[in-house]
Amino acid sequence: MKYSGFRVIREALTGHRGWGPAWRDPEPKDQYDIIVVGGGGHGLATAHYLSSVYRELSVVVLEKSWIGSGNVGRNTTLVRSNYMLAENTKFYGMSLKLWENLEQDLNYNAMVSQRGILALHHDDGGRDAQLRLANTMRMAGGDGEMLDVDQIRKLYPGLDFNNPLFPITGGFIHRRGGTARHDAVTWGYARAADRRGVDIIQNCEVTGFRIENGKCIGVETTRGFIGGKKTGVAVAGRSSQLMAKAGLRLPIESHVLQAFVTEGLKPLLPGVVTYGAGHFYISQSDKGGLVFGGDLDAYNSYAQRGNIAVLDSVLEGGLSLLPIMSRARLLRSWGGIMDMSMDGSPIIDKTHIDGLYFNGGWCYGGFKATPASGMCFAHLLSTDQPHENAAGFRLDRFRRGYVIDENGVGPTPNLH
Amino acid sequence: MLINHPLLGPRDAQEFIYLGDARLIDRPDWQAADAQEQFFEYTYLRDNPAGEHKELWFHEYGDRSWLVVTRNTVTHEITHVELASEAARARGRSK
Repeated sequence: MKYSGFRVIREALTGHRGWGPAWRDPEPKDQYDIIVVGGGGHGLATAHYLSSVYRELSVVVLEKSWIGSGNVGRNTTLVRSNYMLAENTKFYGMSLKLWENLEQDLNYNAMVSQRGILALHHDDGGRDAQLRLANTMRMAGGDGEMLDVDQIRKLYPGLDFNNPLFPITGGFIHRRGGTARHDAVTWGYARAADRRGVDIIQNCEVTGFRIENGKCIGVETTRGFIGGKKTGVAVAGRSSQLMAKAGLRLPIESHVLQAFVTEGLKPLLPGVVTYGAGHFYISQSDKGGLVFGGDLDAYNSYAQRGNIAVLDSVLEGGLSLLPIMSRARLLRSWGGIMDMSMDGSPIIDKTHIDGLYFNGGWCYGGFKATPASGMCFAHLLSTDQPHENAAGFRLDRFRRGYVIDENGVGPTPNLH
Repeated sequence: MLINHPLLGPRDAQEFIYLGDARLIDRPDWQAADAQEQFFEYTYLRDNPAGEHKELWFHEYGDRSWLVVTRNTVTHEITHVELASEAARARGRSK
């Protein structure tokens, strides 16, 4: 069923009896051409582009819980492309272009809102670094613009401009950045893939890979063996666990990242603001809640909840930037498990096992990468060649010494 | 989280800096024939278990000793803490 304004009016006049489920709930078949493990944003995007762009006819997505129950439902919904290294600028640049056309592509309202991301600076060094970033982004075809204090004051009158320690001296705005409705991204990709015949199997956990003569011929699941000529794994957060079943040790640690939301407030923040002095960023959802986050808890964790000390430091950052936040009540906090890679950049590559492909290591930027990750992984699965915009995200780059370390902090995953 | 320091007793985890897997104590022999491969694995690859994990914590805002903490990464429960220097000597290192 195609969604349209006409359809909404017709259903409104006929008592909304014509709406059906947005995707089927099929039984798994014995054999597929391509198995995608992981029904999160990246897995479903991969399935969508496999069926729509690469014309694959036999694709299945296996999800151990319900689709979107992992990190795609546990983030702060930011969409951006503000990177400096060439591998990242072209990949995230592509992702942003796909976001801009996502709703038309999926026939689904993902509420993509390019409301702009403002990064503040508080001293000359911060300004110089942002100017360099803005110039680098513009040279790579992106957008970046420096704002002075008066321009920022017009956009965000509620910020503390005269903080004695960290006065706001200006900022850098990435106008094409913004937010999207994270659950709608999941549902939109699932529905679009399903409409093209992709089977989405929920409550079906992959418990192992069947590997014969160095070739992966399918996966063992809680619903029996499912054969596949190619298997692509996109389970960021749990990558080390699942790939260990195929004998791989990955350059990844799992860490928890917390996020927070307050009760709904009147419109206060027109876009996204990131603090230059502490690690803190904030936006306001369409319902009015302030959505914000900060640092990792910084130790290995598989618990989808965080420590109170990080909550404390995030709120301190928030209050020093936006003092009126002190009156807002915090409604919820949650944690997502991040695949923190050894250089802060993702991996989209074949493994040494024939027919087994890996997508992971998204650190804490997986949401914004969803469309490009899906497109590049679909390209790799369908053609066996890396996509030109993801050619640097190889699994063996650590062995070869070609790390993509945007922050320049070396193999310390909790600092990326 | 409280870390039960072997010398100082229970201390708030906020006094510590986290480094990572305690296998970092086992630095490879740089003269080994396959030293390059060993150092690649040492530097970049991790078991990253969901469950019991031995890890290095540095008591930065305390006595500045390194500890090996055995912690469950699913429940955050800490079951064992020892000085890293003792753990290293137990593995045959000189210090």
